[in-house]
Amino acid sequence: MATVKFRIYRYDPDKDEKPYMEDVTVEREASDRKLLDILVKAKYQDDSIAFRRSCREGVCGSDAMNINGKNGLACLTDIDSLKQPIMLRPLPGLPVIRDLIVDMTQFFKQYHSIKPYLINNDHPPERERLQSPEEREELNGLYECIMCACCSTSCPSFWWNPDKFVGPAGLLAAYRFIADTRDQATSERLDDLEDPYRLFRCHSIMNCVDACPKGLNPTKAIGKIKDLMVRRLV
Amino acid sequence: MNQLAHPTIRKFDAIIVGAGGAGLRAAIQLSESGLKTAVISKVFPTRSHTVAAQGGVAASLGNSEEDSWQWHMYDTVKGSDWLGDQDAIEFMCRKANEVVVELEHYGMPFDRLENGKIYQRPFGGHMSNFGEKPVRRACAAADRTGHAMLHAMYQRNVRANTQFFVEWMALDLIRDIDGQVLGVTAMEMETGEVVIFQAKATLFATGGAGRIYYSSTNAFINTGDGLGMAARAGIPLEDMEFWQFHPTGVAGAGVLITEGVRGEGGILRNSTGERFMERYAPNAKDLASRDVVSRAMATEIKEGRGCGPDKDYLLLDLTHLDPKTIMQRLPGIREISLQFAGTDPIKESIPVVPTCHYMMGGIPTNYHGQVVVTKDGRHDAVVPGFYAAGECACASVHGANRLGTNSLLDLLVFGKSAGESMVSDIKAMPAAHKELPQDGSDLARSRLARLENQQSGANVHEVQLAMRRVMQDHCGVFRFPDMLAQGVTKILEVEKQVMVTEIRDKSQVFNTARLEALELDNLIEVAKATMVSAEARRESRGAQAREDFPDRDDANWLKHTLWHREGNRLDFKPVQMKPLSVDSIELKKRVY
Ligand SMILES: Cc1cc2nc3c(=O)[nH]c(=O)nc-3n(C[C@H](O)[C@H](O)[C@H](O)COP(=O)(O)OP(=O)(O)OC[C@H]3O[C@@H](n4cnc5c(N)ncnc54)[C@H](O)[C@@H]3O)c2cc1C
Ligand code: SF4
Ligand code: SF4
Ligand code: FES
Repeated sequence: MATVKFRIYRYDPDKDEKPYMEDVTVEREASDRKLLDILVKAKYQDDSIAFRRSCREGVCGSDAMNINGKNGLACLTDIDSLKQPIMLRPLPGLPVIRDLIVDMTQFFKQYHSIKPYLINNDHPPERERLQSPEEREELNGLYECIMCACCSTSCPSFWWNPDKFVGPAGLLAAYRFIADTRDQATSERLDDLEDPYRLFRCHSIMNCVDACPKGLNPTKAIGKIKDLMVRRLV
Repeated sequence: MNQLAHPTIRKFDAIIVGAGGAGLRAAIQLSESGLKTAVISKVFPTRSHTVAAQGGVAASLGNSEEDSWQWHMYDTVKGSDWLGDQDAIEFMCRKANEVVVELEHYGMPFDRLENGKIYQRPFGGHMSNFGEKPVRRACAAADRTGHAMLHAMYQRNVRANTQFFVEWMALDLIRDIDGQVLGVTAMEMETGEVVIFQAKATLFATGGAGRIYYSSTNAFINTGDGLGMAARAGIPLEDMEFWQFHPTGVAGAGVLITEGVRGEGGILRNSTGERFMERYAPNAKDLASRDVVSRAMATEIKEGRGCGPDKDYLLLDLTHLDPKTIMQRLPGIREISLQFAGTDPIKESIPVVPTCHYMMGGIPTNYHGQVVVTKDGRHDAVVPGFYAAGECACASVHGANRLGTNSLLDLLVFGKSAGESMVSDIKAMPAAHKELPQDGSDLARSRLARLENQQSGANVHEVQLAMRRVMQDHCGVFRFPDMLAQGVTKILEVEKQVMVTEIRDKSQVFNTARLEALELDNLIEVAKATMVSAEARRESRGAQAREDFPDRDDANWLKHTLWHREGNRLDFKPVQMKPLSVDSIELKKRVY
């Protein structure tokens, strides 16, 4: 049996004056493949290690954290791909509630700010609205977002202006509705983003693309929104 | 722990516990009706386990070929091995088109056919013309149907301004001496604060409890909290012996590979490369009902035709499919296979085993989503103020075996109908809330106090593991009389340990150790109900396959079990064989 060594960020405001890094060693069994498998074992040893997790298959977006300096999902990260000791920290740029659990209020606020729902004021037809396979394909790479915040919390512009810059996840969602042929609010959506901060704080640094565990590309979506804005000027 | 002594009271017209598919669907109904509604969830809504559903949602839209709700109803009754209530099944199948179209209107990104309509694929047990041949009935968004659906419904709730209490855990129901449900006690994870949510109508939409088994497709959070809370409040649990083992969980990891893979043409093979389902279900083959396929697989393994060094899994073969189909229709499956099996399904088969997946039983309800119990000889007495929908509820549309894609449909139809019942029931109630009983929050507070003060107790993780092992070994795909009897004894031993669990973490801030201990209190109720019901039912029907009673026994067992926590005892109620408007679907031998 091999061992896995961690250094985990620990902070419990109930008892700790300030955060510290703790060394933790866990025995690894053959069936332990992912970082989450081993983190769950660390918790068996010390039940006070706090982190979020649910689906353990990369679809719920709960267990985003900073792993050896890079944001990712513990449940999709192979233990073998990691240099030890594995440095685990909470997602950067958001307030820490406890250990690896961050307060995501600001992140969700930005998501909510883009009106993340289909807007179509026509009377709904009896049956489904029609959409061609090609039109539907425009939503691929957009709708799959799991709102894990790996992207936004790796984006320098979001760190500096989390209250004003929508951030990559929110902008990806904004484009998801702009790109949907069933949505009728494109021009309102563009008006809303036409702002020095909300959209234009993105400087195409692409950290977000690197960080996304689902292989999505917020930078590309942001680029498309910017294109549409230019196009409606001419 | 002063805050425990006098919990704050928050008043709402309605509360919904659970923000998965069922909870969110009901919330749309309530919020759009203008009632003051709170939705309480252990996790941010889009992290609920509905997000993991892959294959599709059933509706006889008939977009690719002729279909009808009557055929769907027939398949569902047959799939349930005649244990499903035919009134509820008719209700669900007739409503399917309406609720799926509504979803599309909410913005759900369904895949499309060339003519612009919703794409549909075949799924196990769904047939045309009363069981003749597979039909395309599963409406899909690639293999991410649950994700697309949950997000679309969350988004609709954002539009409707639904009030969410995220990362709050409901602890116990509040019932007064008349048996009326008046709300729940709940704890905010971030602060540890305990609050009473008082309401005129309370809906449980807390999802499944697959975590009672060692190997499961279910998320960590699927701990049967709604069932635990209901059982502690004196509500019986229905048909708990019926657990669906999904044929294709990734061997070792438990992560699900949707049946949609077989719908798209995937084939199961044993160690000789044989397509063994041809022997067990000559007609439907790989697309027979799940219990049938899982038993066939367990038999293949038992008879030494499993694959791998330990001959303990089978292979799901997609290599003959066009890689384009895999990339376009099953992209998530390819990802899962690469991540958790280390194989690329375009080139190699995926190792799979039957894995615990879905709870057919649950809190007994009628098709309006109202919780019902037996009272004065009647089996349909409504518990005032209490509703349940989704996987935690038993309407019962799935009976002894659920068809794939019928669960996402169940949560839409009954989420909506529960919401509608709540709206109309609340409107018929007095404007003022009924008075809370003095001891309303005692149960929750005493559980918390016990945990706080427990010394030299049992380790939560070890007890949980013991429970999952007992369930896996004693109550799996095939069930043996001596194993079940021992299982009952063993699970009651585990329960004693659950009563003395101890946590070291005593922090008030996001104490996940405490949450896991509280969840275990719920899991054990589900485990007991399951084991006791399985031991008692002396027949094989749907997912219950007894070695000693291999046949269905309609003369003695065409009835629902009801497990009562008090006294750990069972009673029964008849199956509703009469649909709402059509002729009853007569009992028949179930062959695929
Ligand atoms: C991997 C997988 C794939 C599936 N694929 C399909 C499919 O293709 N088609 C199909 O029809 N079915 C499928 N199913 C089944 C179906 O997805 C589930 O039955 C269904 O999604 C359950 O929905 P729900 O709303 O009842 O519960 P969930 O989505 O599980 O939601 C439960 C909610 O309750 C909350 N909750 C629980 N306890 C508490 C508490 N104590 N306090 C506060 N909140 C609480 C949770 O936070 C969550 O919000 C699949 C299931 C799995 C596991
Ligand atoms: S590309 Fe834009 S959104 Fe992405 S990290 Fe860079 S600045 Fe942030
Ligand atoms: S875009 Fe990717 S990284 Fe960002 S929230 Fe969505 S899934 Fe996570
Ligand atoms: S636990 Fe759900 S994404 Fe990792």
